[in-house]
Amino acid sequence: MTDATVLDVSQDTRKSGRFLYVASVVFLCAWVIVPIYLLLINTLSSPEAVNSFPKSFIPEFDFGSLQFFAGFAGMLTALKNSVIVALMTMVMSIAIGAPAGYALSRFDFRGKELFRLLILLARAFPLPLLALPLAVMFIQTGLDDTAFGLALVHTTLAIPFAVLITFSLFSGIPIELEEAAWTLGCTRLTAFTKVVLPLILPGITASAIFAFVISWNEVFAAAVLTIENRTLTAFLLQNLDTSPLHLKFAGGFILVVPALIFIFAVRKYLFAMWGIANR
Amino acid sequence: MNARVLPYVLILPVTLFLGLFFLYPFVLVAKQAFGSQEGWSLENFREVVDYWKFPISLRNTLLLAAAVVPVQLALALLMATMVSKMQKGRDLILYIWTIPLGISDLAAGIIWLAIFEQSGFLNSMLNGLGVIDKPVNFLTYQHPGVVFLAIALAEIWRATAIMLVILVAGIGLIPKEYYEAADVFGASKWKQFTRITLPMLRPSLQTALVLRVILAFEIFAVVAALGGTLFPVLMGETYAYQFDLLNSGAAAAMALIILGISIGFTLIILRILRVPKGASI
Repeated sequence: MTDATVLDVSQDTRKSGRFLYVASVVFLCAWVIVPIYLLLINTLSSPEAVNSFPKSFIPEFDFGSLQFFAGFAGMLTALKNSVIVALMTMVMSIAIGAPAGYALSRFDFRGKELFRLLILLARAFPLPLLALPLAVMFIQTGLDDTAFGLALVHTTLAIPFAVLITFSLFSGIPIELEEAAWTLGCTRLTAFTKVVLPLILPGITASAIFAFVISWNEVFAAAVLTIENRTLTAFLLQNLDTSPLHLKFAGGFILVVPALIFIFAVRKYLFAMWGIANR
Repeated sequence: MNARVLPYVLILPVTLFLGLFFLYPFVLVAKQAFGSQEGWSLENFREVVDYWKFPISLRNTLLLAAAVVPVQLALALLMATMVSKMQKGRDLILYIWTIPLGISDLAAGIIWLAIFEQSGFLNSMLNGLGVIDKPVNFLTYQHPGVVFLAIALAEIWRATAIMLVILVAGIGLIPKEYYEAADVFGASKWKQFTRITLPMLRPSLQTALVLRVILAFEIFAVVAALGGTLFPVLMGETYAYQFDLLNSGAAAAMALIILGISIGFTLIILRILRVPKGASI
């Protein structure tokens, strides 16, 4: 064998390796996108088309299913409840979680390790199960079947993430910046609001959005804790047996849309927050 | 406020909150599960374990986890290594691959229902290819294999992203010098993967597996959307005890059983993938 053919062969294998690589990237992208696209087709089809066979693989851009969804008794209220609970979760988890994230990044204090353990335990715990005893507790306190009660449970789900994310955000800002502000006459509080806060605001927004998505998507606790004021996930779950297909698909699509936008908005922080969450 | 008190003031809200809504309900659920008219007893546990559906739902949950988690791990590792070498379009590809991270299990179940239901896209495709001439209702008790496959696919589709994100973050922490050194010594890509990436990735693998396995035992809405009552799982039975049978003692016992299984598997994973002291990055 001459040198030239050896070179050819290695180039050939490299080329086919490259092809295999690109093909699998494309395949994996299709694996994620195609099912969502199929749901989109169903959503943008008339109820008749959704229940007919065989299906077209191109949407007909008919808003019949979505209109049916909007007109279905209780659906819009459920959608509103979902948004309210998610917004409450978002505000509470950041308001409660961010100070702890700041404390973890800036101070060494006794019990720090214990506190971190509590956070990590809460993250790796099947928390929705705790909705069962909370249902009893909420009835005693009058919080049963309220958006606020459910938001409290969702906040428990979101807090470990809020703490870990804000911890990594604050750790990314050198303490020297704050110290410089103190020497220039800032108090601890004004140094924080004038120097640190503007720098981490985008990151805080990202973790707030993450909290929103956690609440928006949660099914089990929502179904256990709400009866009249159901959220969208709880409403869809409760009506799975009885609702027609086009209602399920339209509802499913409404559930997916915020996820698409939100993951896009937080994509830059996704890896930073999990990198830190590893330890 | 001085620097000795301030950190405690800052962590107080979280501690109170988690105490009230995480630790306290945990005590409550145990009280509910072990409680009965005549004080402490295992009656609730006996009741749920003796129910004919219990062994089936336990087996289904475990089987599903055993089928889904290894595939997800392999897939996430593959995707993470593919992304780490990517130069162009890395952000776009990562965005697409992490989309399912934001999608709820219920929505994922509904998405795969669109594919597997009787007038769904799988039937339409098979019909187009001429394999079948009239639609088959896949999601019935006559096709338990297809029901299992549909649920497993939906789970793999939905929850691989969370492992991917953890692993990509972990790979980013491995110093590039290790690979350069391996190149100098002529190690193949595969050898670099098994000798550098995998061992260095151990903490991330640990986190990813623990989170994923716990979530796998919590599977609920995907099953409800695709299998309904055809494929009973532990979490679904817990929900049924609470709502259909209005037996909150039994529901609490089920919750404790799921917790027990989760904790058991967490300990096993931590033990298998333990990071030797001083060897972490």
